[in-house]
Amino acid sequence: MNPAMTLATARRVLLQLRHDPRTVALMVAVPSLLMVLLRYVFDSAAVFSRLAPALLGFFPFLLMFLVTSITTLRERTSGTLERLMTTPMAKLDLLAGYALAFSLVSVVQVAAAVTVSLWLGLDLAGSVWWLLLVGALDALLGVALGLLASAFARTEFQAVQFMPVVVLPQLLLCGLFHPRAEMATVLRWASDVMPLSYAVSALQRVAASPTIGTTYLRDVAVVGCCAVLALALAAATLRRTQK
Amino acid sequence: MRGLDFGTAAGQITGLLGPSGCGKTTLMRAVVGTQAITSGSISVLGRPAGHPALRTEVGYASQSASVYDDLTVAENLRYFAVALRAGADVQRVMEQVELTDYSARLTGSLSGGQRSRVSLAIAMLGTPRLLVLDEPTVGLDPVLREELWSLFHDLSAAGVTLLISSHVMEEAGRCDELLLMRDGRLLTQDTPDALKKRTGTDTLDDAFLRLVSDEEAA
Repeated sequence: MNPAMTLATARRVLLQLRHDPRTVALMVAVPSLLMVLLRYVFDSAAVFSRLAPALLGFFPFLLMFLVTSITTLRERTSGTLERLMTTPMAKLDLLAGYALAFSLVSVVQVAAAVTVSLWLGLDLAGSVWWLLLVGALDALLGVALGLLASAFARTEFQAVQFMPVVVLPQLLLCGLFHPRAEMATVLRWASDVMPLSYAVSALQRVAASPTIGTTYLRDVAVVGCCAVLALALAAATLRRTQK
Repeated sequence: MRGLDFGTAAGQITGLLGPSGCGKTTLMRAVVGTQAITSGSISVLGRPAGHPALRTEVGYASQSASVYDDLTVAENLRYFAVALRAGADVQRVMEQVELTDYSARLTGSLSGGQRSRVSLAIAMLGTPRLLVLDEPTVGLDPVLREELWSLFHDLSAAGVTLLISSHVMEEAGRCDELLLMRDGRLLTQDTPDALKKRTGTDTLDDAFLRLVSDEEAA
């Protein structure tokens, strides 16, 4: 790997976003607006405080998965990926550049959503920084899984269809709708191998307790390792030669 | 593809000609190393095609411009210059393809010919010893086509080897040597003049048609 190439890639991805201000505005504003919606759907600060932490982790995951899978698919179909594969740039330089750029964007996104949520009455027992850390890791996980999913899509239609396949089961099983311990055994097993479950567990810990425990650290480590694993698998799908 | 056996001379312009779908792009991709080959071998600048040491020695511009439409011309070039470790080269290639005036324009807002010149400029970053250009002049007006061919001759005079594909026979006369392809096979390799002489024809179009009909008769 070469840091100059990683940074150049991150810079290039951010420059592309700068030329597309509407996408940036949507990425930053939409999670915050959905938090406002959530707050008044229940019209109760207590219910909002119970649900909001998990969603603060889910939104960056969802949006980064979508943005990344579409962007990398465009890179594959426009021929720029093939062109990069004829240069000395390593696959990991390219992927790490993407991960870095989108993680930076998601930190802004999560910070905005957290600010709005606190203003809406989110009752947070722990430190807001621990919340931001999990949000950023969730975004990284979304980037990594988006990169991986784009390898299995030939068109942008297919790439979007991977969203319900990869993202929605994790949302249903992560413990937001129903405690994981009370799910049918098979579903609990499935939930146990889904990274979003650990992210939600960590977020709920930050919301409920002023101190972070070993469970929080384990959860954060699991999410981080899953993101790195998905990035490595995505690198394996990039080929310098085509059959 | 089968039955391909050819070599190209250093510092020469070799034209790869043949109808659409005859395998020109596949052959070029194999030379660059992005196309896996099932049998046979390709040696490029003394190394097997696709060797990591060739990544800065071989420049490749595919038929459709492989550029970022949502970046400006200069941003595209600066990014690929880092990837090719050719940081100081951006200004030079932009001048060579005459895009300096457009450096701050979004690539996606340029005309087709301008976009393909951005792609060509990227291939020229870092002064590769071999340039593989897939239909670089398609869709260009005659003036620009003329300018690009004189650029190709300048590069060749400076010692760069060029492999250029086209399906327009009139461009074949600009090459030092021709590879004529049809249906995934190599029909012949010769200089333009020798080809016309051998087939007893006045134009390269007729020479190609003669070769095809001779082969079908055989």
